[in-house]
Amino acid sequence: MGVGANLAPAEKRSHEAQVAGAMSGFARETGALSAFRLESCIHCGICADACHFYIATEDPQYTPIWKVEPFKQAYKREASAFAPLFRLLGLKREVTADQLAQWQHLLFDSCNMCGRCSLICPMGIDVAALIEQARHAMFEAGLAPAELYQKAAHQQLTGQPESSAEPYRDKLLAIGQQFGVEIPLDKPQAEVMLCVPRTDIEHYPASVAALARVMQHLQVSCTFRSDGLVAENYGYYAGGMAWQRDISRRLIDQAIACHASILLVPECGHAYAALRWEAADLYGKPLPFRVLQVSEFLAEQLASGRLKLRPSGTGATTFQDPCESARKGGVNHAPRALMKAMGIELHEQKNHGGFSFCCGGGGGVLDIERAAPLRYRTMENKLREIDDTGASTFLTSCSDCRRTFDDAKTHFDWQKTPQSLLELIADNLMGAAPRT
Amino acid sequence: MDLLSFARGPALKVALTIFCLGVVWRIVGFALLRIRLDRSPARASVPKFLAGGLLTIGTRSWPHPEFIARTGAGEAIGYSYHMGLFVIVLLFGPHIAFLGSLFGFTWPGLPSSLITVISVLTVTLFLAVLFRRVTNPVIRMLSNFDDYFSWFITMAVMATGIAATAHLGGPYQTLLAHHILSVDVLLVWFPFGKLMHAFYIFPSRAINGAILARKGATS
Repeated sequence: MGVGANLAPAEKRSHEAQVAGAMSGFARETGALSAFRLESCIHCGICADACHFYIATEDPQYTPIWKVEPFKQAYKREASAFAPLFRLLGLKREVTADQLAQWQHLLFDSCNMCGRCSLICPMGIDVAALIEQARHAMFEAGLAPAELYQKAAHQQLTGQPESSAEPYRDKLLAIGQQFGVEIPLDKPQAEVMLCVPRTDIEHYPASVAALARVMQHLQVSCTFRSDGLVAENYGYYAGGMAWQRDISRRLIDQAIACHASILLVPECGHAYAALRWEAADLYGKPLPFRVLQVSEFLAEQLASGRLKLRPSGTGATTFQDPCESARKGGVNHAPRALMKAMGIELHEQKNHGGFSFCCGGGGGVLDIERAAPLRYRTMENKLREIDDTGASTFLTSCSDCRRTFDDAKTHFDWQKTPQSLLELIADNLMGAAPRT
Repeated sequence: MDLLSFARGPALKVALTIFCLGVVWRIVGFALLRIRLDRSPARASVPKFLAGGLLTIGTRSWPHPEFIARTGAGEAIGYSYHMGLFVIVLLFGPHIAFLGSLFGFTWPGLPSSLITVISVLTVTLFLAVLFRRVTNPVIRMLSNFDDYFSWFITMAVMATGIAATAHLGGPYQTLLAHHILSVDVLLVWFPFGKLMHAFYIFPSRAINGAILARKGATS
């Protein structure tokens, strides 16, 4: 199957309609800031040296700024100060439908939206922000990969990215029973509203139980809400802004309904980005509550003395910083403060904190089946960095990272098992009986 | 009117006019587009994120340690020839005299012999830049007419400048006319191509840096 063949949403559109949709979407969104970013590129190519897809393959097409080339071309031709001149002299060609279809591979399969490229540009351009905007245009053109499009559509409609044999609400309660912890659900009023990655519901139920256990231990008034359970936002991945808004809106409405002062984002990097940094813009006004990532919240509790942790005894440990919450969202210190409080001997990877390499699954890449071979290739460097730390314990605070590494464990017969920082915290609450 | 009088008379005036109007128009062209306000609460205070923006102006002049092994050589060449250009343009006696006539004040320069050495080094680095542009697969893929023409016209200015200073290839008046004419062409081209990065570089670093600092993100 060639690139562009997996275009379920675009099947019924003409090529011309695809291009017009993409370009009008892009033009609509190109404000002064994006235009300035597009204008500023000097074609130095340095951003390639930050991108793990390029580093792993040395294939020039994976140069981050090249991933927005059709959009740069369209901006210069249609909207820049000298656009009439570019058109008159034929210096900027019209973007073709075939060109856009080829770029689907570059914008979705080979970009985790991890933002590492934004740290290297000598002009300071936030390349990742341009790529996110280009994804919006691709969605408008019907060129979002089928896996992301379908999950986004399903989530926008039902609140769940996929149908399940039993509703997530029931699964959540079943997890509570399985792990012997009370799941606060649909309380009319709570200080903190909780949500959960569906990855945790499906694959890591202990993580869901850990969240409930920690909140119970802290005696925080909190609740999950049946109508706003899922933290992930496939609209964000697929580039569908309206769907992203609707998906965020479910959580926002529920947080408002239960008068929450905090919407607590669990261990899910992109959910944090979508809710903390983008939801208010899509909502159209500031959110009437704080959005905190669970590590941030617990670090605040730690600093205030409400949370006390005992030594975890995990030995040499390394930590995977989720790109969306750490590099792009500023949650770098909180997880380290929590690990320090548990006496963890942290062995940092060569590239860590804000400079860490992505797990390879971010940006929806883990969901795109055809992207797997390339993803595995880029992961080799990441796995080497983790192995080089000599750590026996491997922690992260993102369920997508965790799932990506679990997948690598099977694919590469890799010896490490990614573990949840939150689960480790729940196991080491001072004053709580150790779990058996 | 001889060639030299034309070059530094009407041609220069027209070139400077196009340069000024073009630069303003290009900046106005995007600055008047919609500015979307970020409604998410900032992690950093206003002074902190503004300071973050200003800091990024400096930090992006030097690669982060995480990247230096891959980008150090390329960046060293890039920054070196830019510094060479600045020294030649701003610290060569005849240039100071010319700029002084425009701005109304002058400043001390460097000895001509030193400027000659710097010029030869800068031209050499500039050739290395072109070599890299055509041989490095990433840069070659990204390159277009703008990149090559901007390189060509800048090189023409440097080459004609060296020829005029060294009295190579003809009467001084003609060599100087060629040099000034090449500057005229550069000024005309400036607003239309990548040379605009001279105006963009610091605001771009500062604005993007401030936006990232506002989130507490890495910059």
